[in-house]
Amino acid sequence: MSIAAVAILSIVGAGLVAVAFGPDLLALARRRPRGHRRTPTGDPSHHLPDPGRGLRAERRAEQLLREVLGEESYEAYRALGFLCSYGASEGADGIPSYGYLIYPHKPIVSFDVRTGELLSEYCVNFPDRSEPEHGERLPDADDVLAKWMALRGDERGLIDAANMHLPGRQLDPGHVRRDIVRLSEWTGRSTPAPQGRAGSP
Amino acid sequence: MKLVRMKSGHGDLLLAEGDPEVAEEEAELIEAFRRQLDQGMWAAVPTQDAGGRREATMVRDFAEVPRDAERVIFFPPAAGG
Repeated sequence: MSIAAVAILSIVGAGLVAVAFGPDLLALARRRPRGHRRTPTGDPSHHLPDPGRGLRAERRAEQLLREVLGEESYEAYRALGFLCSYGASEGADGIPSYGYLIYPHKPIVSFDVRTGELLSEYCVNFPDRSEPEHGERLPDADDVLAKWMALRGDERGLIDAANMHLPGRQLDPGHVRRDIVRLSEWTGRSTPAPQGRAGSP
Repeated sequence: MKLVRMKSGHGDLLLAEGDPEVAEEEAELIEAFRRQLDQGMWAAVPTQDAGGRREATMVRDFAEVPRDAERVIFFPPAAGG
């Protein structure tokens, strides 16, 4: 076969391919966005999530809690997972009549200091709507510190803002009772006593 | 004195810092304080008495903040959960 024949056959073949698939290839090319890039570089809509952000926020919040409540309360929070604040009313023996267990992002539980009886659950939170991309939840340590400060500074105001329920609505009463025992063991007393009024168990 | 704010995704953020006994710095502290209250934030001042007992006071005006307070902490208002 001569070179000329091969060239003619190639041209004819290319023509047939163009006729058969040309319209589809053209439509595909038109559908493809002009500004398409293989990488998201330079595209502000592509924000990679930062997995360390929440951890860093929690560390900062714990540091604030430590500075505000002191080393002892901070260590108690780290060990027990909650804070405690005692009510203002005190009996003749100086022991407060009630206290609060303050859990992060869970209800506050009031209890009778002498008997350990659970009194109420107070469902309350501090939704931060300033930056929706980060959610509304404060870091755990910030949440418990905010509850503690509000209880110490304006107990009635916080209780009024909360939804009050009987014990057991959200938290397992058995678990809370065990926490009261853990609290007593941590402080080395048979019952949580007034030394912890400042929030330290 | 430091003014800090609790924020989701951040932990606490420093809003302003200054000496309230210096007029110019006090003005900056007052401005930052008012901005937070205008946004609906609650403000608390942690305190510690001579015996080491920790307490907190809720404040609604900069004039209520003790002059020797180390920090004022702002946080979102409470809502029933």
